[in-house]
Amino acid sequence: MTILYLAGAISIAAGLFWNRNNAINYGLLWVFLILQWTFTIFAYLHKGETDAIFFKFDALGILLLLALSIIAIPAVIHSRIYIKKHTDATVDTHSTEAEKKHTETPQSRAIYFAALVLLLMGVSAGYLTNHIAVIWIFTEITTLSASALIYHHRNKLALEGTWKYVFICAISITFVFIGILFLSLSALHAGITELSFEKLLEKSAKLDVFWLRLAFLFIFTGFTAKLGLVPMFTAGIDAKDKAPAPAGALFASVIMNLGFVGIFRFYIVVANTPLHHWANLVIGIAAFLSVFVATVYMLKVKNIKRMLAYSGIEHMGLVMLGVAAGGVGYYAAVLHVILHAFVKSSLFFQYTQLYRVFQNKSIYHLGNYFKYNTTGAIVLLLGFISATAMPPSGLFVSEFLIFRSLFEAHQIFILVLILLLLTMIIWSFGKNIFKVIFLPPVDFDDSKVAIISPWESLTQFVLLGLAVYLGLNPPAEFVHLINESIVSLKVMGI
Amino acid sequence: MINVLLITFLITLFYIAIANRMLTFIRVLALQGILLFFVVFIKLTEMSPLNLGLILIETIGFKTLAVPIFLAYILKRNNITRESEPFLPHFISLIITTSIVVITILLSNTINDKHLDKIFFVVALSTIFTGLYFIASRRKIITHVMGYMVIENGVFVLSLAVGNEMPMLVNIGIMLDIFASVLILGIFLNKIGDVFKNIDVDELVGLKDD
Repeated sequence: MTILYLAGAISIAAGLFWNRNNAINYGLLWVFLILQWTFTIFAYLHKGETDAIFFKFDALGILLLLALSIIAIPAVIHSRIYIKKHTDATVDTHSTEAEKKHTETPQSRAIYFAALVLLLMGVSAGYLTNHIAVIWIFTEITTLSASALIYHHRNKLALEGTWKYVFICAISITFVFIGILFLSLSALHAGITELSFEKLLEKSAKLDVFWLRLAFLFIFTGFTAKLGLVPMFTAGIDAKDKAPAPAGALFASVIMNLGFVGIFRFYIVVANTPLHHWANLVIGIAAFLSVFVATVYMLKVKNIKRMLAYSGIEHMGLVMLGVAAGGVGYYAAVLHVILHAFVKSSLFFQYTQLYRVFQNKSIYHLGNYFKYNTTGAIVLLLGFISATAMPPSGLFVSEFLIFRSLFEAHQIFILVLILLLLTMIIWSFGKNIFKVIFLPPVDFDDSKVAIISPWESLTQFVLLGLAVYLGLNPPAEFVHLINESIVSLKVMGI
Repeated sequence: MINVLLITFLITLFYIAIANRMLTFIRVLALQGILLFFVVFIKLTEMSPLNLGLILIETIGFKTLAVPIFLAYILKRNNITRESEPFLPHFISLIITTSIVVITILLSNTINDKHLDKIFFVVALSTIFTGLYFIASRRKIITHVMGYMVIENGVFVLSLAVGNEMPMLVNIGIMLDIFASVLILGIFLNKIGDVFKNIDVDELVGLKDD
């Protein structure tokens, strides 16, 4: 089935790429969504089975695949709206008159949607693979397809963002490969030549510690480019800023989750070796620095899209702190990753409307959003409440559990520091969001404000509502899946 | 024989460190491809045609021909000046490259592992770190791509050092990935050449937080 899915997605992407007709484009996207959901349901029904040698439908993969398939629907809808409406706008205030006249052509639309489908396919397959080298290949595919999305506007800043993203991701992916080579040396000592996560976990006691340590350092560093953690987080920020917001929503949710899968699956192996404590230390340091860096940037950032991107860095820092703390932190980390994907993607989807109203993304020039687009302003407000993890947001539950895990791990000092940093983030986030919603904007001519249909906000309400529902009243099956995905860590009895 | 080839490979790194002209840089990259081919050719114990063909494509076809020709084309098309314009003088570059090699030799002497081919390991690590150093110390964007290629060559040697047979599928995947990333980098580099006046990293400062 996986092979069928990959072949189907690739042929749909090829069809989207060659086709110039609007109706066929629309039809192909629907076919893709149906394929995506068929595959997701198939994976769910065949939980625990191995498919096409390199893929396994395990609990973690299924959970994240479900989240991806849910986010894929609004991503496609908003991309369609984006392409339709943004025919005469470029994203930058710096852009020249010629660039402002940039119009969407059937060709640019074709490239955009082909890349979108390839990206979703790469991420889905990356979630489900049980072989570290195969996840590596799919991560590379996401880099390549993402570069086409970031470069969509074809202007100077988009080019700069794309270049930085591609280059840093290329270096990171090389790091992961170096890590895989070291891992294969380590595995050779355990007498295994095949690098599937299952095999590694099975023989984890015999893995050579020295090479495993090097492997973990390289693989962790490499995947931080996707996860958005110190040290490689910068590329992701530029990418989310320059890509069209519906694509940015995917970068800020499902791609970050791909980085999480890469690190977490390998972490499960390392956690069953004597290196467990050391790995926690490495992750903990990177995670704490990420929250710190996110705070520093959130305090000074003036561009609302970048602010949302930095908020993602903060959340991934918290997730990895949960992983480093262990215990209930594992559960909280997986829960947080899923809920964060819903919340952050809904904020990015809302951003497309915000931009259409103000034609600007500097917080100075945004304001009185409540007056111009009431429904959208409510989404922004609810999104703010969710993203800063205030009750009743679902993230409140997961963040609270992360704090509990830090407390139980006797990391009181870290916990206090993190809470202080989070307070600063909430203050800065709130200051900016309330400015956008209620205070009047600077030099804004409101004689010809775009009218936004309230229906466009529906998807964001659904996503935010889903995050609340899954956080506060998780269905038994959902909890069961999360518990199953961390079962190999529970063995440790932490 | 392998040792001679590998040491020649190390010497090419020193040569890059002091290379003044961009074309020299490209030619050395091509030479590295040839050296790598012979290293693999000698090291290969069983000679299946498929395996040989793959290696031939990867080293000669790709590292020696495709990438250098492509880079030279970019160089010409974008009127990039011939000087490599490093941030540091060549002499210091040479010292740094030498110390990288010395440190990796010292480091690898502390490792005792029967699965590890030491000379390969030293060459691989020094190549990777030298590549990173080239990226950090050069001003032109195209030298970043070349530094990336040097790192890729280092990774190639490292995969030989490990001596563990990777599945064929993975091997092909890697090859395509590297090819695609260089191609994509090249395409964007061309665009950068069209949009910006100088192809220097100093130009890439538009994305800021204020």
